[in-house]
Amino acid sequence: MESVLVSNAGIYIGMAVVFGLFMAWGIGANDVANAMGTSVGSGALTFKQAVLIAAVFELSGAVLAGGEVTKTIRKGIIDVSSLGDTPELLVYGMLAALLAAGIWLLVASRQGWPVSTTHSIVGAIVGFGAVGIGMDAVHWGKVGTIAASWVTSPVLAGTISFLLFRSIQKLVIDTDNPVAMAKRYVPYYIFMVGFVIAMVTMIKGLKHIGIKMDMDQNIMVAAIVGASIMAIGTLMIRRIRIDPSADRDFHFTNMEKIFGVLMIFTAMAIAFAHGSNDVANAIGPVAAIVGIVQSAGEIVAKSATPAWILWLGGGGIVLGLATYGHKVIATVGSGITELTPSRGFAATLGAAVTIVLASGIGLPISTTHTLVGGVLGVGLARGIGALNGNVIKTIFMSWIVTLPAGAGLAIFFFFTFKEMFS
Amino acid sequence: MVRKSSITSLFAGSPIKPLQEHMDKVCECADQLPLFFRASADKDFKTCKRIHKSIARMESAADGLKADLRAHLPNSLFMPMPREQVLDIVRLQDKIANISQDISGIMTGRKAEIPAPIVDLFIAFVQRTVDAAHQARKAINELDELVETGFRGRQIDVVQEMIESLGNIESETDKLERKLRHAMFKIEKEYPPLDMMFLYRMIDGIGKLADVSQQVGARLQLLMAR
Repeated sequence: MESVLVSNAGIYIGMAVVFGLFMAWGIGANDVANAMGTSVGSGALTFKQAVLIAAVFELSGAVLAGGEVTKTIRKGIIDVSSLGDTPELLVYGMLAALLAAGIWLLVASRQGWPVSTTHSIVGAIVGFGAVGIGMDAVHWGKVGTIAASWVTSPVLAGTISFLLFRSIQKLVIDTDNPVAMAKRYVPYYIFMVGFVIAMVTMIKGLKHIGIKMDMDQNIMVAAIVGASIMAIGTLMIRRIRIDPSADRDFHFTNMEKIFGVLMIFTAMAIAFAHGSNDVANAIGPVAAIVGIVQSAGEIVAKSATPAWILWLGGGGIVLGLATYGHKVIATVGSGITELTPSRGFAATLGAAVTIVLASGIGLPISTTHTLVGGVLGVGLARGIGALNGNVIKTIFMSWIVTLPAGAGLAIFFFFTFKEMFS
Repeated sequence: MVRKSSITSLFAGSPIKPLQEHMDKVCECADQLPLFFRASADKDFKTCKRIHKSIARMESAADGLKADLRAHLPNSLFMPMPREQVLDIVRLQDKIANISQDISGIMTGRKAEIPAPIVDLFIAFVQRTVDAAHQARKAINELDELVETGFRGRQIDVVQEMIESLGNIESETDKLERKLRHAMFKIEKEYPPLDMMFLYRMIDGIGKLADVSQQVGARLQLLMAR
């Protein structure tokens, strides 16, 4: 049995890298735009700045905090011990899942269907696992947790965003001098952004790249990170020119300028969060294949994800961004005109925190759906002119459509590969 | 492969800007009325005709804005203002333009004149109803600020005050209307009865202008109270 793996090792890894890179490219080309859309749409970032921030923070999110979700995709869904003496089945399956998800996303995009990368890949893995290997091979408990997180993540993001928005209503907007209050409180929000993201990264992410610290050290470093970006933010706010005549038509123009600074940091947070969660969709299967092939069939449950695979995913995302995604960011950004920085901040940070938390506990969730939850949360606080409620329906539709489609295609490719290689 | 983004489809076009633009347009219609009645008091029917035509043009522009707003308002809305209330406000606003057009149309068609003794009172009455429309516009202009504050806090008080003052203007127009009717009653026997009948009708219409403006304010209050 091991001979198949050994003799085909190069082909398997080569295919895995190509498919994984393609998926990562697709994430960079398409999904990043959704994460950055609120920042561009609210006018806080020019689209060039958004592309730059996305490139840097998607990559760092993928490399620094992408390990936990990658682990879930790699070995959390399929029970590898059930493979016994046919470990190559997992190789075929993971290749099939990548190909299935990639093709499905391509087709769905052409048709304009709302689909989620995360849902496609999870559906594909569950599909080949249940049909190709056996019902027992799937960790149904874990799959249930993942499915539940698809419901809870938008709800959690909505709740956080709602509360964030209510807090800025209380502290800043509904005061005698919103500009002065914004100057006073926005730096604290910036601190919070830095602290939360740094904290989750350190607790859950860094161990994948070999750094371990105890809790006190974590808190200290997170506080230092928060304080330093707070200092940078404060300087940026000082440099803002307040123009009283700008408030004549719309009384909150200057206040929103200050929130624009906050939005820049929030954009970094969401790019980081997105990278940390979605990179796994591309490289989780790659990591699984590389793990099996390199150990020549010994399915080692303990091995960590090699860092080069995280870099591969992060690099693929940046590549997608550079070749294609920048255009999509411009399109999505210009489609969002109703968002001012203060609400863009509340919606985006609520989503970013939720996604980073999910990344920390290894749950693959949909960034887009979570962000929709965040925006709806602000909408519930009556903060946005008009939101289209139909979106909630399309999200449910994307679950119902994507899972079987991903699964069906993966099963097809699984048996194709099995024939091809035996 | 551009994927349709749930994020972009989430942001339905906000009806606020179109609502405000529509209100600006209908107020332009109303603005013509004092000029129109001044001209008809001067028996300058050419000017009357010209003004009526320009009112009709503006009214149809407002109609276009209204249709646009209705067409682009998504069916399922998740917004600080329920869809029905937005549609109701635009319907009421549109009445301001329609009434202005009707009044100037009938006056022009009949080459109606305004008896000299009541001209000043008449114009004052018209001007005050136009003021009511403008006060309603001022309140509608605060809608974006209301959304910015999430319909909370002191911004609500600001708009509430505007609506109260709109109410005051409206009751002033009521008073002026009573005065005008009384003055008409005293002189009506000296003029052709049919002309007088129509003039009473015009007064009715002008009074409605203020009523409708006040109703716009009342709908805004409903939005805030939710």
